[in-house]
Amino acid sequence: MSDVAHEGNSGVPPEAEDISWRQRYWKKNLRLMLVLLAVWFTVSFGFGILLIEPLNNIVIFGFPLGLWFAQQGSVYTFLILILVYALWMDKIDDEFGVAERNDEGGYK
Amino acid sequence: MTETQFWTFFFIILTFGIYIIIAWRSRVKETKEFYVASQGVPTLANGAAIAADWMSAASFIGMAGLIAFLGSDGSVYLMGWTGGYVLLALLLAPYLRKWGKFTVPEFVGDRYSESVRLVAAICAIVVSFTYVVGQMAGGGIVFSRFLGLSIEWGVVLVAVVIFFYAVLGGMKGITYTQVAQYTVLIIAYLIPAFAVAYQTTGIPIPQISYGQILSELDALSAEFGLSAFTEAFAGRAGGQVDVFLVTLSLMLGTAGLPHVIIRFYTTKTVRGARYSAFWALFFISLLYLTAPAVGAFTKLNLLQGVQGQSPDTLPNWINTWGATGLVTVNEDAETIQTVSNIATSGADLIVNNDILVLASPEIGGLPAPIVGLMAAGGMAAAMSTAAGLLLVISSAASHDLYFRVIKKTGATDKEQMLVGRIAMAVAILVAIWAGINPPAFVAQVVAFAFGLAASTFFPILILGIFWKKANGPGATAGMLSGLVFTSTYMIYTLEVFGTGANDHILNVSPEGIGAVGAAVNFIVTVVVSKLTAPPSQVVQEMVEEIRYPQTRAAARS
Repeated sequence: MSDVAHEGNSGVPPEAEDISWRQRYWKKNLRLMLVLLAVWFTVSFGFGILLIEPLNNIVIFGFPLGLWFAQQGSVYTFLILILVYALWMDKIDDEFGVAERNDEGGYK
Repeated sequence: MTETQFWTFFFIILTFGIYIIIAWRSRVKETKEFYVASQGVPTLANGAAIAADWMSAASFIGMAGLIAFLGSDGSVYLMGWTGGYVLLALLLAPYLRKWGKFTVPEFVGDRYSESVRLVAAICAIVVSFTYVVGQMAGGGIVFSRFLGLSIEWGVVLVAVVIFFYAVLGGMKGITYTQVAQYTVLIIAYLIPAFAVAYQTTGIPIPQISYGQILSELDALSAEFGLSAFTEAFAGRAGGQVDVFLVTLSLMLGTAGLPHVIIRFYTTKTVRGARYSAFWALFFISLLYLTAPAVGAFTKLNLLQGVQGQSPDTLPNWINTWGATGLVTVNEDAETIQTVSNIATSGADLIVNNDILVLASPEIGGLPAPIVGLMAAGGMAAAMSTAAGLLLVISSAASHDLYFRVIKKTGATDKEQMLVGRIAMAVAILVAIWAGINPPAFVAQVVAFAFGLAASTFFPILILGIFWKKANGPGATAGMLSGLVFTSTYMIYTLEVFGTGANDHILNVSPEGIGAVGAAVNFIVTVVVSKLTAPPSQVVQEMVEEIRYPQTRAAARS
């Protein structure tokens, strides 16, 4: 949280501190991305294709579960993944003081 | 004029009028407006525009029928054409927006080299062109089926309206027209879907209620010699391996298609690009989650309608649509014993995939205005996709080829706009011609456009963002080897290029080869980049820059 605060009133030259916050920002971004991509792969390729036949033995509301993942569940999951990414990145942006929430694009 | 035709004219004229008014109000004067709508598109509007751009005539008219007959394996399209948006949102959209210029070839040109830019511009034109021809033909077919106009006049009429708003408004005109087109197409798609779900199961939410009819549908399908809807890997000859590869190819292709990627250049901020991806998939999923339900319900109604009937006692809609050649009945059959969607199958009743959506209001017994609305929806789907593709063709031709190869310096903004508009006009004229005389390879647009996008663009875009050491020679070699590998396999397995169709190697269909081509491209790019000198410090600094929404210095000031 404090990244913004102590940077604001310290006179550290931008070059020196640039690198450290950027690395931490990028690492957080990558970690979030990899977790979400793992879910993306598991639900679509895992449940919807590789494991579809065993999952089809379970039937819920008339849907064999594998079929449901392949035709419905995976799409819902994709939607949730993108939303989680956008919301989480907002949080990370705030943490590092690079949020764009209130301006018209900031960086031109 | 029949009642249906009246309502079709009514809705087509009404919607075309709306598109033209929007186009006039959003006409543009500057290059930045023409190519990226001045980067001022709100996320919700951008999401709807991307959705309309994405869902083509084929998605709207053909997909439900395709899934109805493919059954479980129809998931390759459902997952393939939505899962790519996760890749776009997480791996491409925010970074390309941060870099923020006009075209996809321009990005790879800045990131790698001018020769990569040229190859990319040509690939973008080829891929988009394949795609646009299908849209023009699709729009023409909607006209001819609903209004009895000739396909030629249908194509010309579609082109004139697109010409008006694309040349006048560029990306800005296209975007706001697409928002209107999305509204029309989704209403037209959902009304009959909800009605048929309610009639069949008493639950008006098709996505939930189609589960209830699946076992009945499976039993009935077996009676007519069709494979079970719920059985995995029954619809595609290649089985599990092929389903996996086709899904992956469509996802990578989705994330690599230039006409989708450039939409993320139009948002105000990097944050806006992330949320645009969410809204885009949200709007797309309203149709994609409904399509398998429409397919299942309509197939069940169709089979129940013809069960035990002789060719003389079939439901009315079969006669109505018989004239279009989309439904063929074997008049010699005692009763209808077999049903198929394959023209050469010799079944008693042969239905075209498209009929399941086009005739769904009649099959479900809905009134004539709904049929008219369907026609307007099909037109909206075809036109919105065509316009987005034409913009890519014109921007690649003018911005990436003309102003880089022929006139390198000193072009004023006015001149750039003029060339952009001329390129757009020429692209539309060529598309009219090709829409009327579609080249044979256009029928394989799924294999072709997605396979090439996956095997050329996707890997070098990803490496360009996530690996600073990827360099120009690597990307050139990677792109060309992906392109050559993928197109060679397509030429080998498909007849449409004038060569014989050979057997699929290891069960991989031509639609699935793009994923393998992408892997080839990845490997070649990495190996060649390692063997040659790393990119300049300037380029590496640019890669570093695009990874963060804005500089903190800018944030503080």
